Amino acid sequence: MKARVHVMLKNGVLDPQGEAVRHALGALGFDGVNGVRQGKVIELDLAEGTTEADVTAMCEKLLANTVIESYAVELA
Amino acid sequence: MRAAVVVFPGSNCDRDLAVAFRAAGAEVEMVWHKDSALPEGIDMVGIPGGFSYGDYLRCGAIAAQSPICGAVRAHAERGGYVLGVCNGFQVLTETGLLPGALLRNAGLKYICRTVGLKVETSQSDFTSAYNAGDVIDIPIAHHDGNYFADADTIARLQDEDRVAFTYTDNPNGAQADIAGILSPNRRVLGMMPHPERAADAGHGGTDGVALFRALAGALATA
Repeated sequence: MKARVHVMLKNGVLDPQGEAVRHALGALGFDGVNGVRQGKVIELDLAEGTTEADVTAMCEKLLANTVIESYAVELA
Repeated sequence: MRAAVVVFPGSNCDRDLAVAFRAAGAEVEMVWHKDSALPEGIDMVGIPGGFSYGDYLRCGAIAAQSPICGAVRAHAERGGYVLGVCNGFQVLTETGLLPGALLRNAGLKYICRTVGLKVETSQSDFTSAYNAGDVIDIPIAHHDGNYFADADTIARLQDEDRVAFTYTDNPNGAQADIAGILSPNRRVLGMMPHPERAADAGHGGTDGVALFRALAGALATA
């Protein structure tokens, strides 16, 4: 089984990389991009029987820093 | 003072930190990230600057899970002293020994230059040789030094006099200009600037010497 974890900076936490991407899109002529937030996707290849609670524990302990980041788990 | 300096794969200020401790009179041992215990009788653990584990996942995140960090956490919980500089500060926030996190610099650039630091408190064994309000010149060299914590945490740090240093001219977007903070028992200090790079006349500045001397003095009889 596989799981996909999406990690994003929390709302309200400045994302200077996203801002830089937004400026670059504007420079390329893409108007109307009001905001860009950049995060990461982590794919996990898991042994059968791994639970969503296990993946949540992985997020809490390592994959996300919950001081600044939020995460979402998608089991496939 | 007996100090241990932790070496992670990717540490690059470990020897500089050891030299600064030794110059202040400390005995220093280097400890490897795979060690699960500190040597006997260590008063002070230095977590050096660098790029531990290549900054993979987040700066300091993998280092915080290394075997030696379990021993460092236990040392701090027993009341031992810990100094984390630059990547060492990032490691200390990732271990939870200090609150908050270090974000990418607001201007996105890696910044390497000497900055003015205001000493916010002399009430710690790290800062007792300075006067509150002193401005000292210490180099910074980081890409992710933008201190972030929620408003309650910032207010608590300020109310408890746990902000050790602030930038006189904020280079990285850090909240409340914070450059370094103390733990509740004031024995764990994390700071982005590098006092060990201003510890010898050959460095071009010696404003960091007082920090190491103050520690050595406080721990001489410990």
